[in-house]
Amino acid sequence: MTTSMMIVGVGGQGSLLASRLLGTLLTDEGYDVKVSEVHGMSQRGGSVVTYVRFGDRVYSPIVTRGECDCIISFEKIEAARYAACLKPGGRVIVNTQQIDPMPVITGAAEYPEDVLDGLRAQGVQVDAFDALSLALEAGSPRCVNIVLMGRFAAGFGVEKERWLAALEKVIRPRLLPINRIAFEKGWEART
Amino acid sequence: MMKRLMIGNEAIAMGLYHGGLGLVSSYPGTPSTEITEFLAKFDDLHSEWAPNEKVALETAFGASLAGLRAACAMKHVGLNVAADPLFTMSYTGVNGGLVICVADDPAMHSSQNEQDSRHYAIAAKLPMLEPADSAEAYVFAREALALSERFDTPVLLRSCTRMAHSQCLVETGERGEVPLKAYEKQPRKYIMSPANAIARHPLVEQRTQALRAYAEDCPFNRVEDAGSEIGIITCGTSYLYVKEVFGDSVSILKIGMPNPLPEGLIRSFAAKVKRLFIIEELDPVIETQVRAMGIPCTGKELFPILGEFSQAAIRRAFGMEELPAPAAPEVPVRPPMMCAGCPHRGMFYALAKHKITVLGDIGCYTLGSAPPLNALDSTLCMGASVSGLHGFNAARPEYAKKAVAVIGDSTFMHSGITGLTNVAYNATNSTVIILDNSITGMTGHQQNPATGFNIRGEPASKVDLEALCHAIGIRRVRVVDPYDLKACEAAVLEELAAEEPSVIISRRPCVLLKDVKRGLPLRVDPDKCRGCRRCMGLGCPAVSMKNGKARVDATLCVGCGVCRQLCAFDAIGGEEA
Repeated sequence: MTTSMMIVGVGGQGSLLASRLLGTLLTDEGYDVKVSEVHGMSQRGGSVVTYVRFGDRVYSPIVTRGECDCIISFEKIEAARYAACLKPGGRVIVNTQQIDPMPVITGAAEYPEDVLDGLRAQGVQVDAFDALSLALEAGSPRCVNIVLMGRFAAGFGVEKERWLAALEKVIRPRLLPINRIAFEKGWEART
Repeated sequence: MMKRLMIGNEAIAMGLYHGGLGLVSSYPGTPSTEITEFLAKFDDLHSEWAPNEKVALETAFGASLAGLRAACAMKHVGLNVAADPLFTMSYTGVNGGLVICVADDPAMHSSQNEQDSRHYAIAAKLPMLEPADSAEAYVFAREALALSERFDTPVLLRSCTRMAHSQCLVETGERGEVPLKAYEKQPRKYIMSPANAIARHPLVEQRTQALRAYAEDCPFNRVEDAGSEIGIITCGTSYLYVKEVFGDSVSILKIGMPNPLPEGLIRSFAAKVKRLFIIEELDPVIETQVRAMGIPCTGKELFPILGEFSQAAIRRAFGMEELPAPAAPEVPVRPPMMCAGCPHRGMFYALAKHKITVLGDIGCYTLGSAPPLNALDSTLCMGASVSGLHGFNAARPEYAKKAVAVIGDSTFMHSGITGLTNVAYNATNSTVIILDNSITGMTGHQQNPATGFNIRGEPASKVDLEALCHAIGIRRVRVVDPYDLKACEAAVLEELAAEEPSVIISRRPCVLLKDVKRGLPLRVDPDKCRGCRRCMGLGCPAVSMKNGKARVDATLCVGCGVCRQLCAFDAIGGEEA
């Protein structure tokens, strides 16, 4: 049985690090893991998606239509962009932060404010919260990724200490304290 | 033995390292870049960024000739640049093992075309290996060096974006100690004059026959037997999607060595199954050869020639039902764009404002083609802006007053110098703008000969771009700060008006570089803002309109001040405002 996840957001928000944290934790837990990252052009402020799949034996590194158990979204409309990858009744953990894409900036399109209601109406379990504020409380807007991972981790069923051990493996020592705080804030935010 | 998650590129690097690699020379290119970056972490081998792929491959050739195990890594289009040495190195063969890692980009995540590098292996008569994931990549890369020496041939190691940038668990061993092989002068092997090359060509054909025999039971090709109903021949990451869809329910011939193909193995596999499918990304390279063997099969009539495969694409091709899923709400597209504070933006704004025809090049600045700047007229390949402008101006001399080339510092070092030499030598009145952001940007900040640092970040000889342009024969060379809009406009208009070729160096380091000091975010005074949208013409992600007024996103703004220069109402100010 393979579990499929997606970490989506805007290039530069740190989805790579989030996926490496998850990949490390899952490896430590003894799963077979595949993670597919995005590098290069699409990183430049574009929509980015990272796939994480785990189970006894995982083949494909990517997630396609109707396969995804959970999307972790760093931005509001990015959660909606990939919704067709979700299984019916799948879960979305989403940062309510809005980052205007270029068509909105230029006035060619409107930012769809109510996009999460559209997902809920289709039976998607939406867990929306303001991760940016928690990241700022932790000390840096760049910690949004780890706040979101904390929120996800709190419902994942692995002890917090094991997550923190994985965090230590993927984050440089200098940045560890602030990211620990960010992780804790995300963890505690889960209701 | 240790086991951990690695992206394909790290696994390739580890495989080469443990295979006794002594030198790597590469030019960055997504999705191949990290191979060389990982190798640069080791002290006991020579690593470098070369100015381009041709130089890189010739450097690796020299090291191999001297008896060292050598490699280079490049993206698919980089192999076009390196094709000249590649084809003749097939004739010379190697002394120390030599591996060329080439990374294709199906779906063009970060590329200008979707070419299939397997054609090069066939055309240059070279063995090619293609792993499906990181675990295989480690083993294949390590073995490729030994294979190279065993058959006296360069070996191509093909990957693709999905392999290069996907992690899986990899079991690694230890670095093997491979002593430098003896060097002796062998003119008939290494001087490819016609007489010697004529003598070498039959040896190349003999080598291909030997490799064909080897392919029949080499460790890279394998059969997974699961009955006679359906047989699938597949290669690279396509194998993973096939397994995802069919598990162990179909027979599979997994090709890990796409050139030369194992004809006997293919014939016996095909004979055992009722229906034979060939599932390969991009071109029908295996399929064409299987059909030439007279074996009936199904391939590209079902599986697309375009883009990247997935388990969904395989299911669709076999007519299986799509998995149920929620409908995705309509949301605006989010294309990549130049970063807030990108030093390219000011120059592009000046060019767009004066409706200049702009021949572009390969790099972050290709993003200047997007709205609202819409600043580019063409993008072809590395260096084509400069040589293309020369041809354009030769065809339409009046455009010398209204057309420019834009090229980054790294791309200029790669392939722009020769084009600029042609501008001077064959005298078109061309204006070339070098967008010098002091780094190779798009591929993720690699050093180059114009930055003053080597791959390890150590101080290195630095090309003096002004002096270089002068030496080529360009007399008018000027430097401008792209954060200064008036200076950009003046430089462009004056150099276009000049009656001789000129170079404008638009110089400011990439704002994402660690050492670049960022300014405080700017703010809009809503009382002064008239909502004229002039600042929106920059296409800066930090500037947007809310309720008829401009707004600056403080989390994105780096205070470059370009929007401030545009505001006619003095509504955009600094923190003190």
